[in-house]
Formats: sequence, structure tokens, C-alpha cells
Amino acid sequence: MFRRNRNIAAPLLFLLSFIATWQAWVWWSGVPAWLLPAPGQVLAALWEMLPVLFRHTQSTVLAAVTGLLAAVLLALALAVLMDFSPWVRRGMYPLLVFSQTVPIIAIAPLLIIWFGYGILPKVVVVALVCFFPVAVSMVEGMEAADPGMVDLLRVMGFTRWQLIKLVRLPAALPSFFSGLKIAGTYAVMGAVIGEWLGATSGLGVYMTRATHAYQTDRVFAAIIIISLVSLLLFGLINLLARLSIPWYFKERSND
Amino acid sequence: MEIILEDIEKSYMVDGEPLPVLGGVSAAVGEGEFVSLIGPSGCGKSTLFNIICGLTGPDRGRVVLGGKTGARAGEVVSYMPQKDLLLPWRTVLDNVILAREVAGENRETARREARELMPLFGLAGFENSYPAELSGGMRQRAALMRAVLARRRVLLLDEPFGALDAITRTRMQQWLLEVWDKFRQAVFFVTHDIDEALILSDRVYVLTPRPARVCLHLEVGLPRPRRAETLTDPRFLALKRQIMRALLG
Repeated sequence: MFRRNRNIAAPLLFLLSFIATWQAWVWWSGVPAWLLPAPGQVLAALWEMLPVLFRHTQSTVLAAVTGLLAAVLLALALAVLMDFSPWVRRGMYPLLVFSQTVPIIAIAPLLIIWFGYGILPKVVVVALVCFFPVAVSMVEGMEAADPGMVDLLRVMGFTRWQLIKLVRLPAALPSFFSGLKIAGTYAVMGAVIGEWLGATSGLGVYMTRATHAYQTDRVFAAIIIISLVSLLLFGLINLLARLSIPWYFKERSND
Repeated sequence: MEIILEDIEKSYMVDGEPLPVLGGVSAAVGEGEFVSLIGPSGCGKSTLFNIICGLTGPDRGRVVLGGKTGARAGEVVSYMPQKDLLLPWRTVLDNVILAREVAGENRETARREARELMPLFGLAGFENSYPAELSGGMRQRAALMRAVLARRRVLLLDEPFGALDAITRTRMQQWLLEVWDKFRQAVFFVTHDIDEALILSDRVYVLTPRPARVCLHLEVGLPRPRRAETLTDPRFLALKRQIMRALLG
């Protein structure tokens, strides 16, 4: 517990001094609030707008989580398919890397044209952003399975499908969760980008409206919410990892 | 005969050149027998095991398992590799019953049987531990338990005690003999330790360096049960001298 406190103390100290410097700078320079609001103002706006922000957060979280789940399911299907067929693997892996180089922000307007202003285009943006880290970590994790284990179970008479279930998928889980953590932090951002381009509700919409009205304190309030939600998602994924791969954490604590 | 190997040859391609590993190995293991295979390191012992298991095919020669050609290896032999290869995400209990799940056997039945055998394998109290929480010797015993519980006619053991310290190894050998005595499966045992081969086996095959052939075949014939004193028995020493001469040329 003592070590934990010490771990938190350093970043907390830096954060507080950053906020204090910011607050002092705003006072001292007299910069107008629409350009740079003081942290106190941001907090006041956050408190005042909390019910509205909560409503928008719900749509954003829904899009983010749905998109993330879609990405996970797609990645799982692809990883299993690649494991079954080296031919699919050879064909798909370069495409997978290529997909990551396509700027999502450039595709997002097209998605709005194709799928309208509802939740679907946001889910698609999130899924596109999250797919790559999840798929790569899954595929590489499955590859990292000990070939000796696979051979041993094959001699026992397990089928290809059972080998995936008994060896390859569990072996991939630690790597999968690392990828999922990265994807989790992207997911909320992806949903917000999707909402910027056109939506009826969501934190992205709220931010666009606030920006246009020069209510910079509200923009910052929304940013705080986005960070908090991303952190929460990250924490949930971490918890899920602890629950589903306890053996991995025991292995690491033994080393 | 449980295993018959006839004139097995195998080469690997290394940098475009064929590297002959097995140069016509013939051997046999009978019902309930304990047979060892000794050879210098890198002489292709593991390759021979992979061929018996059907993980790779021989270039020439014939493998007959369980008295008939074309039997699926996994139905006759159960194999324990050098590394324990326990699944890290399964508890000890669920690791040792692995082979029982292939046949679609009820997990609870297999678990019940495994629980009763835990003391014999020195794993009582560790049923629900993960492999990472066990010592090297315990992991090796769990791996052997997994092989024994598969209930095949032959156990293939590939240098199972190679990574253990001398004292643990001697204990494990004594204990392996107890297990063998109880289950009466035939054992085909690979090692590069002459003492280990002699103290355990009914018969010993000695292999030449690559490409491996059998250069000596011995009936051990020492009375059982064998104990630590057997190591200094004159008959034991005579056999040991014979094997050393064959190995060192």
C-alpha cells in the first residue's frame, strides 16, 4: 500500500503544479476566457453542465463500446481464419497493415454519407480505429503459442479446432489484452471524431457546438469527461484481464 | 510387440544440403517392458520419438505400433517431451486429465480419478495450483502424470529428468519405477545418462553419433527392485563399462 501511495504521489504532484501554473498564468496575463479559461472556470462549467454532459456521454460511450466489441469480434474471426489457412494469412496480413495507414478522419465523412447521422457511422469509425491493434495482438499472440504444446495435443488426438480453443486462444490472451488496452483508449476518441462530422448527440457534438459559441470552458469540460471515460474503459479492460488470465499474472509475479 | 522400428532413416535439409540424422535405426519395445535409448546429444533421439509419434515421417523404414501398421500413434503411445509443456492457463488437475478429454470423457470422472492419484505423484494439495506455482520437479511429475493418465499402452519419455539436479533426479528415478510397477505400461525412455538407463531398464539400446544406428543392444538382467546399492553392483559396473566403450568408441 505504501508503494502504491508513492506511485500515485509523483504524478499527482506534477498534475497539481501544472494546474496551478495554468491558473496563475491566466490570472497574471489576463488572457480572455474564450481563448484560455482558467481551470477553476472549467470546473465550474463542468459542474454546471453535468446533466447535459451526462446525456451526451451516454451516446458516446454506447458508440465506443459497440465499436470496440465489433472490432474484437472481427479480429477474433480473422485471427482464427488466418490460423486455419496460411493462404488467408499471407493475403490478409499486408492488407491489415495497409488498413492502418488509411487516415480514418478522411473516411469518416464518407461514412456519414453512407450510413447517415445515426449511431452506425460512429460505431464503424470506432471499429476501424480499434481493429488494427486488436487484430495484430491477437494474430501474433496465437502465433506465439508453444509449438511443442500444439504437437503434444495433436499426438493426443485433438482436432485442429480443439487446438485453437485449448492452446492458441488462451496463449494469445495476454497479448490480446495488451492490444485491447490500446484499442480501449482509442475507442472513445474514435467515437468523438465520428460525432464531430455529424451527429445529433454525443460529446463530439457538444464540443463542436461549444467551440462555435466560443465557450472554451465547456470544450475543456468535455475533454475532461472524454479522458475520464477513456481511463475508466482502460481500467475495466485491466480488470477483465486480471479476472480472465489469473495464471498470467501469477507467472509474472514469480519471475 | 508394442513398438517395432525397422531400419528407420531420416535426413533434414540444412542450407540446401541433406543432413542424415537417422541412418537405419531398428529397435523394439515389448508389452510392459522398460526400454532405454542412449546416445550422444544431438544424435537424433528426439527425431526418432517424433517419428514414433507420427509428428514427422521417416524417409525409409517402417513403424509398427500396437502390433498393426497404420495405427494412429496417439492411440498407442503417450508422449512426455523434455519440457513439461503444461498448459499455463490450466490448473494442475485440469492439465493432467487433458488426454482424457479427447475421447470426450466426462471431465468430472477424470478429475475424480486424478484427485485420487495426486499423492502417488507427490502433487497432493496442488490440484488447483497453476504450473507457474510449482517447482521444476513437481512440474515434471505433473507432466508424467498427464502421460500416465492418458492410459496408453506405451509411455514415451524424452529425457524427462534432464533439467533436474542430481539429487532430485535420483529420487525421480526411484519414483518412476514405482509408478511403472503400478501401471505396467511399457516405457520407451530416452536419456544420455548411462546410470539412469541401467538402473531403470530391462533392455538398453546404444546409438552411434549422427547418422544414428544401434551399435549395442543389452539385456540388463539386474534383479528388481533396484536401489541405490545397485549402482555399485559389479554386474552393473560391467554393463556400464560395455556401454561406455560403445559410446566412446
